[in-house]
Amino acid sequence: MAVETDFSRDEKKLTIKVKGRFDFGRHQEFRSAYERQPERPDTVVVDLKEATYLDSSALGMLLLLRDHEGGDDSCISVINTSSDVRKILAISNFDKLFDIS
Amino acid sequence: MPADQALRVLIAEDGAADRLLLAQIVRRQGHEVFTAENGEQAVALFAEKRPQLVLLDALMPVMDGFEAARQIKALAGQALVPIIFLTSLSEDDDLVRCLEAGGDDFVAKPYSAVILGAKIHAMDRLRRLQATVLEQRDQITRHHHHLLNEQRVAKAVFDKVAHSGCLRSPNIRYLQSPYALFNGDLLLAAFTPSGDMHVLLGDFTGHGLPAAVGAMPLAEVFYGMTAKGYGLAETLREMNAKLKRILPVDMFCCALLLNLSFQRACVEVWNGGMPDGYRLSASGELLATLASRHLPLGILAPERFDDSTEVMPLGVGERLLLLSDGVLDTSDEQERLFGVERLQAVMAENLDPERLFDDVLQALKRFGGRARDDISLCDIRMVEPGFEAPAAMLYSDSGRSSPLDWSLGLTLRGDSLKRFNPVPYLLQLLQEVHGLRPSSGVLHSVLSELYSNALEHGLLGLDSGLKRDASGFAEYYRQRAERLAQQVDGDVRFDLRVEPHGQGGRLTIEVRDSGAGFDVEQVLARPAHEQGFSGRGVNLVRRLSQHAQWLEGGRCARIQICW
Repeated sequence: MAVETDFSRDEKKLTIKVKGRFDFGRHQEFRSAYERQPERPDTVVVDLKEATYLDSSALGMLLLLRDHEGGDDSCISVINTSSDVRKILAISNFDKLFDIS
Repeated sequence: MPADQALRVLIAEDGAADRLLLAQIVRRQGHEVFTAENGEQAVALFAEKRPQLVLLDALMPVMDGFEAARQIKALAGQALVPIIFLTSLSEDDDLVRCLEAGGDDFVAKPYSAVILGAKIHAMDRLRRLQATVLEQRDQITRHHHHLLNEQRVAKAVFDKVAHSGCLRSPNIRYLQSPYALFNGDLLLAAFTPSGDMHVLLGDFTGHGLPAAVGAMPLAEVFYGMTAKGYGLAETLREMNAKLKRILPVDMFCCALLLNLSFQRACVEVWNGGMPDGYRLSASGELLATLASRHLPLGILAPERFDDSTEVMPLGVGERLLLLSDGVLDTSDEQERLFGVERLQAVMAENLDPERLFDDVLQALKRFGGRARDDISLCDIRMVEPGFEAPAAMLYSDSGRSSPLDWSLGLTLRGDSLKRFNPVPYLLQLLQEVHGLRPSSGVLHSVLSELYSNALEHGLLGLDSGLKRDASGFAEYYRQRAERLAQQVDGDVRFDLRVEPHGQGGRLTIEVRDSGAGFDVEQVLARPAHEQGFSGRGVNLVRRLSQHAQWLEGGRCARIQICW
């Protein structure tokens, strides 16, 4: 599985791990990772530790996730970003929408 | 056997008894049979009846089976017509010859009806498979042609929209791969009424039709608002709001927008998500980067959108280099990316800025070797304000309904001073006056200058002396943004009066501010060359209008235009 999810019920925290290339090929998997949760999480963490690459459709997928979690009221962090991935997120100024580390 | 599985079968066998026997076996299995006594007859019959499967004796008079097989395969072309050799040969070499001549299988004499039936059946499966593959291939080819044709038509329509602008201006050089549009790249340029140049380099997420679809409304807003004299901030707000409204959540448009002011020798920049653009000196040194400071267009709701721009000086001969990420993402055979460092190395090595554009292209070619279809590269040079103001828009009405005796007062205060730009509205109103239409460029310049003077110097108390050099320039615009963000006291008032005058008419514009005013005599007495970047507004206004006066201790500027 290139997209793994973990839902912690105590913290109401959903963690989505993306492995390998984070591009249009992950679209369906990524969507169902948050759409299939029975409960609405308070926070979502996207873990890109094992993501090797990220393209603009991945940025679009992050926007879809943000929209699903309530847009401006959402609380989403993107963690374990490599320097390459961070560069892509920085050019698009996605740090204004997501908590990136 | 169902009719659709019945085949037309050609049997070529010189022995009459064998021929009859075979024909009987095959007919009993439900197929239609044609018979030939030798290879030559077989080829002729094949050409005439186009059977779907051939049983061929190897050794026959006149023309043997090997030669007949070759000719039949040639006639069949790409379609698979299975040939089964009938042979009493048993040497390996002979059997190999059968296959080499184009045979697909063989049956040994004496014939078994069961084996023969099974082989015909198996060959028919192959034949159908091949036919399906060919059909699908042709279908794909047709679809592909269709798609290319649609793209060609769409591109032709789009080019009419996109290139109605001024991309062909002599100070612009650009390269866009032919189908960059279908990779979401977009390059637009247009003159404002006062002769500034707006440029947009955009990049939609995604590829193909979805990426191209958003380009049309974006171009419309860009051209429409630029022509009406709106500034970058208003145009950006409108583009963002429109894209936010029409695009799905996961689609957006990275964009770099410029306002190049030849009169003021400066450039205003907004970059949301595009790679760094570069500002280069006349001799090619890197002066500054035009970095992305905003989210791309179409993501934020209108009320959260940030339209703040940066202003930097741009002297004559200095230039800007803009690029899309296709340039940086060009990859070599090992999938390494060209990247920012290589691009900057090309810029550092460049000796002749006129050739920088070619140098970058050459470096890309050497590096990648493959042409990409999502490369956009644009080189813009600052030139003297020759003031070849764009031709005024043509109107077809006679002007009889043109209002010729009226006046209007408009006062802006508080928050209206922070964001609202009154110039396009006033300009639109003035263009109702037939005799003023040819002067729309001048009017736009004059109104813009007088308004920004009243706001920036009159109300905000900014020192135009700051703009003498590049760092002061940046400081000036920093202070401007800072003071605008605070409470703005006072007001700016426009008074327009249009009245008949001789055969034509006369327009009087007065712009008043409630600020401290300035020493009119002293500022007007300063020679232009001492003023550097500053004071251009006053000079410009004096140059453009017949009567320009500063009254009420510098708090009121009055100009008159007669026609």
